[in-house]
Amino acid sequence: MDVQAWTFVIVGLTFALYIGIAIWSRAGSTSEFYVAGKGVHPFANGMATGADWMSAASFLGMAGLISFSGYDGSVYLMGWTGGYVLLALLLAPYLRKFGKFTVPDFVGDRYYSGTARVVAVICAIFISFTYVAGQMRGVGVVFSRFLEVDITAGVLIGMGIVFFYAVLGGMKGITYTQVAQYCVLIFAFMVPAIFIGIQLTGNPIPQIGFGGELAGEIGSRIAAGQNISLLDKLDQINTDLGFAAYTDGSRSRLDLFCITAALMVGTAGLPHVIIRFYTVPRVRDARISAGWALLFIAILYTTAPAVAAFARTNLLTAVSNAWYSAEAAADAGDSDPHVVPEWFRTWEDSGLLAWVDKNNDGRIQWVGSGNAAAPVISDKLEFAPDDARGEFGQRLVTSSVTTDNDNELYVDPDIMVLANPEIARLPNWVIGLVAAGGLAAALSTAAGLLLVVSTAISHDLLKKLVMPDITERQELIAARIAAAIAVCGAGYLGINPPDYVAATVAFAFGLAASTFFPAIILGIFVKRANREGVVAGMICGLAFTAGYIIYFKFAGGAAQDYFLGISPEGIGTIGMMINFMVAFFVSYITKEPPQEVQDLVEQIRVPKGAGEAHDVNA
Amino acid sequence: MENDKTTPESASNEKSRRHQYWEANIRYLMILLAIWFFVSYGCGILLADWLNQFRIPGSGFRVGFWFAQQGAIYVFVVLIFVYVWLMNRLDRAYGVREDEG
Repeated sequence: MDVQAWTFVIVGLTFALYIGIAIWSRAGSTSEFYVAGKGVHPFANGMATGADWMSAASFLGMAGLISFSGYDGSVYLMGWTGGYVLLALLLAPYLRKFGKFTVPDFVGDRYYSGTARVVAVICAIFISFTYVAGQMRGVGVVFSRFLEVDITAGVLIGMGIVFFYAVLGGMKGITYTQVAQYCVLIFAFMVPAIFIGIQLTGNPIPQIGFGGELAGEIGSRIAAGQNISLLDKLDQINTDLGFAAYTDGSRSRLDLFCITAALMVGTAGLPHVIIRFYTVPRVRDARISAGWALLFIAILYTTAPAVAAFARTNLLTAVSNAWYSAEAAADAGDSDPHVVPEWFRTWEDSGLLAWVDKNNDGRIQWVGSGNAAAPVISDKLEFAPDDARGEFGQRLVTSSVTTDNDNELYVDPDIMVLANPEIARLPNWVIGLVAAGGLAAALSTAAGLLLVVSTAISHDLLKKLVMPDITERQELIAARIAAAIAVCGAGYLGINPPDYVAATVAFAFGLAASTFFPAIILGIFVKRANREGVVAGMICGLAFTAGYIIYFKFAGGAAQDYFLGISPEGIGTIGMMINFMVAFFVSYITKEPPQEVQDLVEQIRVPKGAGEAHDVNA
Repeated sequence: MENDKTTPESASNEKSRRHQYWEANIRYLMILLAIWFFVSYGCGILLADWLNQFRIPGSGFRVGFWFAQQGAIYVFVVLIFVYVWLMNRLDRAYGVREDEG
C-alpha cells in the first residue's frame, strides 16, 4: 500500500475508535459533563492529562524548535514539565478537596466575590480560545500535508469529530478519548525516534543514544572513522558552518530563567490542565495522577531533545554543501559527488524546504546565525506558480531573497518530526502513524480547551451569575449548546487564523502566570488573603503583563528596549511577582476575610472529608 | 461541613493536630521545591556554563546541558512520586486519610 492509503486507513481507524468511545461514555448529568462524575482512575487521568497537555505544537513543532535553538530550547523542556511539580505540590490536592467544577468556582468562592469570578471566567475563556485556534489549525495542516485535503476541509473534519465527542460525552467522553489519543500519539512519536536513534547511534533508547557515540548505519558514515560522540560532532559541525555550538546558548541567563519560570507557572495555571484534577475520586488520587501525568509527558519530552539532535546532525551532514543534482556534479567534474538525498525533493515539493542558489554553484550552502540559520528570505515563503524550476531543477521562490548573508536553505522546523520516517527509511505505515499521532495530539488538546470554554459559559456565567434557578437538565443542555458554539468558534479561527497566533501563546502563559497562579496559591496557603488584595493583585499582574506583551509583540516595541533584557515570553514571571506583592500588601491593610471563608481554607488543607464536596449541586 | 459534635478540649486538640499536619506538609514542600529549583534553575540554567566543563561519565553529555534537556525532567517525575509517598504516610499518621476511620 502507498503512503496515502496507509494514512487513510490508520487515521480512519483511530477516528472510529474515538467515536466508539464517545458513544460508550455519554454524559448523563452535569457532574459527568463537567468532571466525568469524579470517577476517573488516577492512572487513566494521568494519560488523559498527558494527551490534554501535549498539543500539535508539542508533537510536531517542539523537536524542530529545539533543533533550531539548541541549548536555548531547554526552556520549553523544563518549562512545560516543571509546572507539574507545582501542580502536584501546590494546587491539585487542594483544588480537588475544594470540589466543585471549575477554577472560577474556586476564585469566586474563596474570595466571596462575583467580580473575582467574572475576571476569572474572562481569563479562562481568553486563554482557552487563544490556544484552541492553534490546535484547529494544526488539524487542518496535518490533513493537508498527509491526505492532500485542503486546510478548510481538514478543519471541518476535525470539528466534526470533536463536536461529536465533546458535545455528546462532555468531560467523561473527552477523558476516555484522551486516554486512547495518548496511546496513539506516544506510539507514533516513539517508533520513528527509536529507529532514527538506532541508525545514528546504534542505541534503541533515544535518551541514551542522545549522549552516545556516533554508530549505526548513518552515524558511522557521519563519524567517518572517528570515535566521537553525537553531541561533540554536532557542536563541531555547527561551529564549522557558523552556527553557535549546539550545547551552548545565546540568550541571557536572566531571560532563560524568566521564560522557564513563566512557562512553568503558566502551565500550573492553565484551566484545562487544572480541571483534570477535579475528575478523580479522592485527594490522594489527585496527587498521584499528577505524577502519572508527568511520567507520561516526560516520555515524549525527554525523547524530543534527542530527536532534535539526531535530526539536526543528519540534516546538516546530508544537506550542507551537497549538490542539488547528480548531473550538475558530473558536469563540474566531481567524480565522487555528495548529492542531496531523495527526501529533500519530496519535502521541497510540500513546501517545507526551499533552496535559493544565491551564488549559482549548484550546491547548497547552509550558513548559521546563532543556533538558527541566517534568514534566506525576508518575508513569507512563496513559491513560483506552475512548479517553475530553476537551472538545477529546484523549485523557484518568489519571496524577496536576503542579500546580507550567504545562507541558501530555508527549513521549516516541523520537518524534524514529519520527515523522520522517510529519513530513517521506515515503511509507509509509519508515516500514516505520524499523521494519526499529530491529529490525536491536536484533537485531544482542542477538546479539553473547548470543555473549559463551555463550562465557563454554562456553569460559571449562566448558573452562578445570570440564572441561578435553572434545573440540572437545563444546565446540561446549556453546556452542550455552549460546547457546540465553542467548537464552531474554534473552527472559524482555525480556517481564518489571525496573524498573531504564535504571539498569543506568550499571552496565554503570561496571563495564566500573572493572574490564576497567584490567586490560587494565596487562596490555599495564605488565610489572610482577601477579596480586595487578590482582585487588586490580579488587575495589576494582568495590566503589567498584557501591556508589556502588547507593546513588544503588537505595537512594534524593539527588542533592545526589553526590561532587563527579558523577552515577552518571560515577562509573566515579573507579572506574577507584582501580583503577589500587591495582593499581600492590599490584603494586610484591609479587613480579614469572613470566618466561613477562613473555615473553607482550613477544610481544603486536610484530605479527610473530601467526599462531602462530591455533592453535584454544591 | 463536618458536623460531628466535639467537646471543647478535643476541638482544640484537633485544631493543634491539624496545625501540626499542615506544618509538616509545608516542611515537605519546602524541601522538595528546593530540589526542584536547584535542578532546573540551578543546574540547568544558572550553573549550566560552569557544569558544562564536566561530562557525565561514559557519555557525550556535558553536565549542564544534560540537566537542562534530560536530568531536570527525570528529577521532576521522581519528586512528585516522593511527595505522594510522603503525604500518604503523613495522612495515615494524622488519621486524615480519606475513606478510613
